[in-house]
Amino acid sequence: MRYDSLLDSVGRTPLVGLPRLSPSADVRLWAKLEDRNPTGSVKDRAALAMVQAAEADGRLTPGCTILEPTSGNTGISLAVAARLKGYRIVVVMPENTSVERRQLLEMWGAEIVSSPAAGGSNEAVRVARRMAEQHPDWVMLYQYGNPANAAAHYEGTGPEILADLPTITHFVAGLGTTGTLMGAGRYLREKVPGVSIVAAEPRYGELVYGLRNLDEGFVPELYDESVLTTRYSVGPRDAVRRTRDLLEQEGIFAGISTGAILHAALGMAARAVKAGERADICFIVCDGGWKYLSTGVYTAASLDEAEQGIEGQLWA
Amino acid sequence: MAVEVRVPTILRPYTAGEKAVQGSGSTIDEVIADLESRYPGLRERLVDDAGLRRFVNVYLNDEDVRFLGGLTTAVADGDSVTILPAVAGGSAVG
Repeated sequence: MRYDSLLDSVGRTPLVGLPRLSPSADVRLWAKLEDRNPTGSVKDRAALAMVQAAEADGRLTPGCTILEPTSGNTGISLAVAARLKGYRIVVVMPENTSVERRQLLEMWGAEIVSSPAAGGSNEAVRVARRMAEQHPDWVMLYQYGNPANAAAHYEGTGPEILADLPTITHFVAGLGTTGTLMGAGRYLREKVPGVSIVAAEPRYGELVYGLRNLDEGFVPELYDESVLTTRYSVGPRDAVRRTRDLLEQEGIFAGISTGAILHAALGMAARAVKAGERADICFIVCDGGWKYLSTGVYTAASLDEAEQGIEGQLWA
Repeated sequence: MAVEVRVPTILRPYTAGEKAVQGSGSTIDEVIADLESRYPGLRERLVDDAGLRRFVNVYLNDEDVRFLGGLTTAVADGDSVTILPAVAGGSAVG
């Protein structure tokens, strides 16, 4: 396939079957390989769409500085777009993210501001908002509330999935900014009567929930509960276990958040088998495992050891 | 029905520091009422007139109860209930 530039090649990712992890010929799992995007994650879609939308409405002009709170992948995607389009970029990232993410951001020219580990992405959002007040000329694209984030999936991910899998019964993705689920979920609901839209939400260790009070909680502005059929909380042990299963049984080398999503997808598959119903379950492979190699989860001798590797980290 | 309820750090001042407590009842609402009888003040942090508070998520066996039956979701012996604050997610990777 030929494209005019790297940014033009975002999207149109492969959908691959999982013959070994699928429970039967009637209940099948399909992986949408979003790690095949230019910077290796699903976030290339939202990042490019948000930049293009801001350019189109005149908020982003040559020489501008982009500011974004991110646990990594969105920042990496934005950094490449910024470099190719000539913007400066500052990202606010929790200090407890993997060393690879920092290197990737630096490599593509992003300036990194670290936010305290306690409070996780909540705290990164807070720090970024403060910086935006101090620098009113900077452009915060704000992935948690930017409609272009969900639109990228409504116009791209959703239609691609339906074209490749017209018999889809379930769509399973991670719940972070909620952009993937809101966008692709809305599209699929409009086109496929009865389709289930399932969210897998990573459940981190104590540190990440270190809020001072419950009023400091956060629900992304993009989130619309009515798009979802259900929502699962997936802890680190299940996420790591499924990440390793995916590698061992299907040869797919994915990041840890994908393990959490696969866990929810397998739960749906088990339900379909029990109910004697057919199912084509599509789930998102958010990114490859490269950025998580330093955690040791892929090569750890045991699940216990693998789980320890991501303790205290934002693994999704 | 006896269930285990996992309590986040932020609410442990109400449970004498316990990470997990036993609750009983046939619905989520009854379990919360049962907890309130032993850990006064807890219910008000979880529930308001409209139901579960906006920044509180409650999971029954890892599934968000808002998609089951909300506070009237039935619980069975041995179920696991997890209370978590809503945070900016990082799922793939925000």
